Amino acid sequence: MARSLKKGPFVDPKLEEKVDKMNQKTDRRVIKTWARRSMISPDFVGHTIAVHNGKAFIPVYVTENMVGHRLGEFSPTRTFKGHAGNRKDKKK
Amino acid sequence: MARIAGVDLPKTKRGVIGLTYIYGVGKATAEKILDQAGISHDKKVSEWNDTEIIEIRRIINDEIKVEGALRSEVQLNIKRMLDIACYRGLRHRKGLPVRGQRTKTNARTRKGKPKTVANKKKATK
Repeated sequence: MARSLKKGPFVDPKLEEKVDKMNQKTDRRVIKTWARRSMISPDFVGHTIAVHNGKAFIPVYVTENMVGHRLGEFSPTRTFKGHAGNRKDKKK
Repeated sequence: MARIAGVDLPKTKRGVIGLTYIYGVGKATAEKILDQAGISHDKKVSEWNDTEIIEIRRIINDEIKVEGALRSEVQLNIKRMLDIACYRGLRHRKGLPVRGQRTKTNARTRKGKPKTVANKKKATK
């Protein structure tokens, strides 16, 4: 959780570059990325970023509230479909 | 009788301990409040005079968030996480531990009373 303030937030450099480019052109395309560890910087707001979860890319539309979280938090890596014989869970 | 931030404080306890009956005030905060008000930690709650009580009230009012305000802040934080559907929000939604604890065993505080599963095989010795 704790990271030295001195270092500043970690934002994946390549991803940041791509977002910057798109911001200049006011371009809104989906960016695919594997950089789950990257912090969401304020520049990302309004973009849709497809975050890999190990299997597929999950599109994440970034809103203002998400700033400061990491991309991986929005792309769950586990699927839990409920226990066998638990009918209630399956309906959901 | 000292009533601070809508909570009755126990008369017979030391000031530091008495203040911790307020939601949002632990021992560290209580010590800080009393130091700032210039009251001895060992003074019983019932021994505080009116000016001291007023001073304590003022400090709590102006400088720290307690009781209802604090509770609603915590709820708002949780709600924010639910809304953005981040990992922590999903864990809150499912009522499972949020901070990466194990769930194979334990985690009863979050999961509630153990639910027995019918026909679950017992480990054979």
